[in-house]
Amino acid sequence: MTDPNIPPRKVIPILASQDKGPIEPPEDASAEMIALYEAHKKIYPRSVSGVFSNWRWGMVFLTQLVFYGIPWLEWGQRQAVLFDLGARRFYIFNLVLYPQDFIYLTGILVISALSLFLFTAVAGRLWCGYACPQTVYTEIFLWLERKTEGDRSARMRRDAGPWTADKILRKSGKHFLWLAVALWTGFTFVGYFTPIKELGMEFFQWQMSSWETFWSLFYGFATYGNAGFMREQVCKHMCPYARFQSAMFDKDTLIVTYDEQRGEPRGPRSKKADLSTLNLGACVDCTLCVQVCPTGIDIRDGLQYECIGCGACADVCDTVMDKLGYARGLVKYSTQNAVAQHWTLRQTLLHVMRPRVLVYAGILASVVLAMAVSLATRIPFKVDVVRDRGVLARVVSGGQIENVYRLQVMNATESHQRFRLGVSGLPGLSIASDQEVGVDATQSRWVAVRVQGAYDVAPAGSHPIHFEIAAMDMPGIVSEKSVFIVPR
Amino acid sequence: MSDFTSNFWSIYIGGITVVSILACALLLWFSGKAKAMTASDNTTGHVWDGDLREMNNPLPRWWVWLFIITIVFSLVYLTMYPGLGSYPGALSQKWTQKDQYDREVAKGNAEVAPLYAKFTAMKVEDVSRDPQARGIGERLFMNNCSQCHGSDARGSKGFPNLTDADWLHGGTPEKIVETLTLGRVGQMPPMAAAVGSADDVKNVANYVLSLSGGPHDSVRAALGKSKFAACAACHGMDGKGNQALGASNLTDDIWLHGYGENAIVSMVNNGKMNQMPAQGEKLTTEQMHVLASYVWGLSNHSKTQ
Repeated sequence: MTDPNIPPRKVIPILASQDKGPIEPPEDASAEMIALYEAHKKIYPRSVSGVFSNWRWGMVFLTQLVFYGIPWLEWGQRQAVLFDLGARRFYIFNLVLYPQDFIYLTGILVISALSLFLFTAVAGRLWCGYACPQTVYTEIFLWLERKTEGDRSARMRRDAGPWTADKILRKSGKHFLWLAVALWTGFTFVGYFTPIKELGMEFFQWQMSSWETFWSLFYGFATYGNAGFMREQVCKHMCPYARFQSAMFDKDTLIVTYDEQRGEPRGPRSKKADLSTLNLGACVDCTLCVQVCPTGIDIRDGLQYECIGCGACADVCDTVMDKLGYARGLVKYSTQNAVAQHWTLRQTLLHVMRPRVLVYAGILASVVLAMAVSLATRIPFKVDVVRDRGVLARVVSGGQIENVYRLQVMNATESHQRFRLGVSGLPGLSIASDQEVGVDATQSRWVAVRVQGAYDVAPAGSHPIHFEIAAMDMPGIVSEKSVFIVPR
Repeated sequence: MSDFTSNFWSIYIGGITVVSILACALLLWFSGKAKAMTASDNTTGHVWDGDLREMNNPLPRWWVWLFIITIVFSLVYLTMYPGLGSYPGALSQKWTQKDQYDREVAKGNAEVAPLYAKFTAMKVEDVSRDPQARGIGERLFMNNCSQCHGSDARGSKGFPNLTDADWLHGGTPEKIVETLTLGRVGQMPPMAAAVGSADDVKNVANYVLSLSGGPHDSVRAALGKSKFAACAACHGMDGKGNQALGASNLTDDIWLHGYGENAIVSMVNNGKMNQMPAQGEKLTTEQMHVLASYVWGLSNHSKTQ
């Protein structure tokens, strides 16, 4: 593994070093003072087309259709997906969720995390390369940049050149388009929290509230800055997820690899030359793989933490191989084991099915199933029982013992509902106040409930009881526990 | 304003804060350069645990600007707001948490003022019929009264039920406002000596039970009737009480301090002191008006609905 002639690369070590014995601190001979705060080196990714690029554009369209489109969908009389923070009601198609339903958000986050583990174990940073908003918006912004300023070489030439009218026009055109997309994104984001049609009306009448304006501009600015300027800096220096993904890699994880045995020694050659007579590998050292890389790395140095697994280098290398008439796949998705042991695609894919993947998939499937069952059997109302804060128990006429409770009945449907209250747990318990409660659509209501029992219903002390609250116009019974106190 | 006798701790804390901020800036400056073997293996030459070598991975410069922004922000913030020891901040005349609270309260009061003004101009009977006023009244009741009287206003032992027609001190709107504003002290002196022997007390208790038709010993009740004269000074010869004195009606089968012979005997022997605290300091007259209307409405259902 260790060749003293090749300087160490910045490569993520998958396994701990096998070297025995400590390394002595090297000589200081070549040491020099360097600045530790590195000036930003702008990356000019070259445009690329190919299989993986098409996948990425497919994901761009899919995710953005969902993000920009969903706020405009209607469900009955309301917006289909709306997170009404002021009223604390969260509408997702037919669901009306209360803050008490936060467990579902937890479930979604658990599912997201487990999906990430699974995808990463199978095929590395799929999320980063194809679905992450940072990648998706950078892709859109890069496309706008190409439309206004041209491809890599034109952009580099123009940036190095003087400020001409043409340069100013193209640059301002680019920023205008960027800002338009960014503001639309910010507006859409706020549209998930404020009904987007009203928001649109407010915008045209210049009457958006200060918070709506602030969040539109904030999210818009974040989009503009992240996709226009920060780009790979976010992945390299800000994203925590980028750094812990390597924990889910092993030697059977699909990553973007360079076939070193086939490619080296690299070097330019005539297209007509016979490869077998030259002392060269398949790599023509055209550096296109470096030019297309959105994070500016050279994949031929091996797996690096900057690699977001987008496959741009694989796409562009395939076009070069096609031109030369060489076999595709000098740079391709493969695993470390497959490259080392020259496995076929079938063998490689068979090794993907390993315990780690099966365990991730099993846990993921059970969480998804649990969440689906929970949502399908969800009773669309909730009840909280709170014993009255002031009164423990009192004796009322006829020697009955009375306890007072406050019931908060939360209606999670979109129509007025009537509920019948019942109580059980001690013989002869009855509700002395109204046994029917009406609650308006999506509202919650507090009602004071008086429960009475005979003076000798139980010995003095606290006794567990249950309230049963049944919806009268739909199926569903909720049982809530409380206690009935018999005074001394 | 300081809790300490000298301002030593204020200067100590303020000094540490400023020195720490400046030290951060200095650290940022001095760690901007390092030795690295850029020519050979691009490490800094540091080796830990035998084989861990520090690579030369420079921090992006824009990140350094974030540090500088935090330093500038903290200095500006500490100049403008209280934070450095007891230094009140340049904005101390315009901004303190207490001022902010007062402003928010004033803003809230200004918003509801027209509403209260509307109700203040209305009679209690009309206010108690207004659904909005009832909503406000209920919230005032929940926050200020339900701790004793219960959230359904039906009270418990020692705390009167406000939904029945029985009033110790009078149930007219004016009397309710008076009770709320000034509070009430209800007092029954120990009467055992005036009534007579322990047996006499028992007899009186049975007579009191008989007034509301409760289960009692009729012989004892008959004997107790003459001894009831000691009670009649406050409760009246007919036992119907006296609202001017706060003496309870003994004929209505409502037992604020407990039901049965034993409870009555104990009351006669020991007396009772009971208090409703004054709410005049906590609530404005406008709030009092709405709250009194709500309470009045509780026992006047038929008239309000």
